[in-house]
Amino acid sequence: MTYLAKSPWIVHYDGSSCNGCDIEVLAALTPIYDVERFGIVNTGNPKHADIFLVTGSVNEKNREIVKNTYDQMPEPKVVVAIGICAATGGIFRECYNVMGGIDKVIPVDVYVPGCAARPESIIDGVVQALGILEAKRKAMNENPGAAKKPAGDAR
Amino acid sequence: MIPEPWTPFVNAIIYLLLAPVVGGLVAGIDRKVTARMQGRVGPPLLQPFYDVGKLFEKENLVVTTTQNFYVLSYLVFMAVSGALFFSGGDMLLVIFAFTLSHIFLVLGAYASYSPYSHVGAERELIQIIAYEPMIIITAVGMYMVTKSFYVGTIVQSPIPIVLYLPGVFIGYLIVLTIKLRKSPFDLSTSHHAHQELVKGVTTDFAGPNLGKLEIAHWYEYVFLLGVVYLFFAWNPILAIAAIIIAYFLEILIDNTTSRVKWQMTLRSAWLVAGTLGIINLGVLYYLRMVVVP
Ligand code: SF4
Repeated sequence: MTYLAKSPWIVHYDGSSCNGCDIEVLAALTPIYDVERFGIVNTGNPKHADIFLVTGSVNEKNREIVKNTYDQMPEPKVVVAIGICAATGGIFRECYNVMGGIDKVIPVDVYVPGCAARPESIIDGVVQALGILEAKRKAMNENPGAAKKPAGDAR
Repeated sequence: MIPEPWTPFVNAIIYLLLAPVVGGLVAGIDRKVTARMQGRVGPPLLQPFYDVGKLFEKENLVVTTTQNFYVLSYLVFMAVSGALFFSGGDMLLVIFAFTLSHIFLVLGAYASYSPYSHVGAERELIQIIAYEPMIIITAVGMYMVTKSFYVGTIVQSPIPIVLYLPGVFIGYLIVLTIKLRKSPFDLSTSHHAHQELVKGVTTDFAGPNLGKLEIAHWYEYVFLLGVVYLFFAWNPILAIAAIIIAYFLEILIDNTTSRVKWQMTLRSAWLVAGTLGIINLGVLYYLRMVVVP
């Protein structure tokens, strides 16, 4: 195991969620779940982060922000979509302004189901993301040029 | 045995090699104790090393390439000021190198375009203005007691320095809170997750550059705690105990106070320097010149 998997720092962005999933993400930081045990830090700064946690769907207003935040993160990076809204748009899917899941704008690596997603499954999703992060780092080392090219629009 | 004239160099090299290890461990203990105070398990002791190891595995994302130069200068001057200190050099020179390294950090933050980074840089400058008088008073106080600015002479002095400089010592501990980036004075950036100004002065540093910044902090920790040692230099065991107690107090203060505004930081740091520091030096001067000429 390399250092990457021992020290995943996350940045959390709230799309158009109902705030349910956000509360659960923050619950993971409290003494009961204490994700800092695994070296996980909630940085609030995309440039320091390795994992992008997104709750809620993308809408016409925040798609730029989601894309921008993702582009600011240094490689290797992974995206975890938390909750049904982030996966497909969930109960907000029919809204006139909602585009759908996060994968409409950026590539998603792990989908955490639930409405709201439970803290246990959020932690589980992040741990799964660590494996993907590690694979991406290997790929990056083998092919250093790949990291330089801008992340493509997943649509 | 190492020949006498070489000791300063050997000390400097030992510092350059060991300080990151000691500093990293101090940071690890800090995080563990902090977690326990908050009723959490906390990360492993070696977590700071994992973090820096990871940062060096990441892509070096820079806004402008001058940032690389400024971050490297920050690290180098921080290491140099610590090495000068541990090789027994001139306290004033050490302080100048120390301040210069922070100026490089501020310039690095100003080199980017992010408003958060600029706010962080401004706050870092305010912090420098706030703690600098007290640091100078510390050096002057040690000179008044031991008649030397040389760390090598101060550390060998049999005089119990802290008994002559109690005010200066307390003042130093208070600015140490600023220097260790602890609440209530963690204005420019903080080691705690999620603060409102993104990440202050470190906002636009990513990957290896952030790693270098972190290593510079480790050098800084060891240097700052080395100054605490000087106050108790006549008794090394007491000195180590003092360092441990001082650091524990810093963690306790960090976890029990909330951050204050920059005005308050500046005011309290200057008030401390102006009262505890200056009065202590004044009394010392009076005793030296008038009572025991
Ligand atoms: S998945 Fe459910 S709880 Fe989470 S943001 Fe959507 S509606 Fe709220």
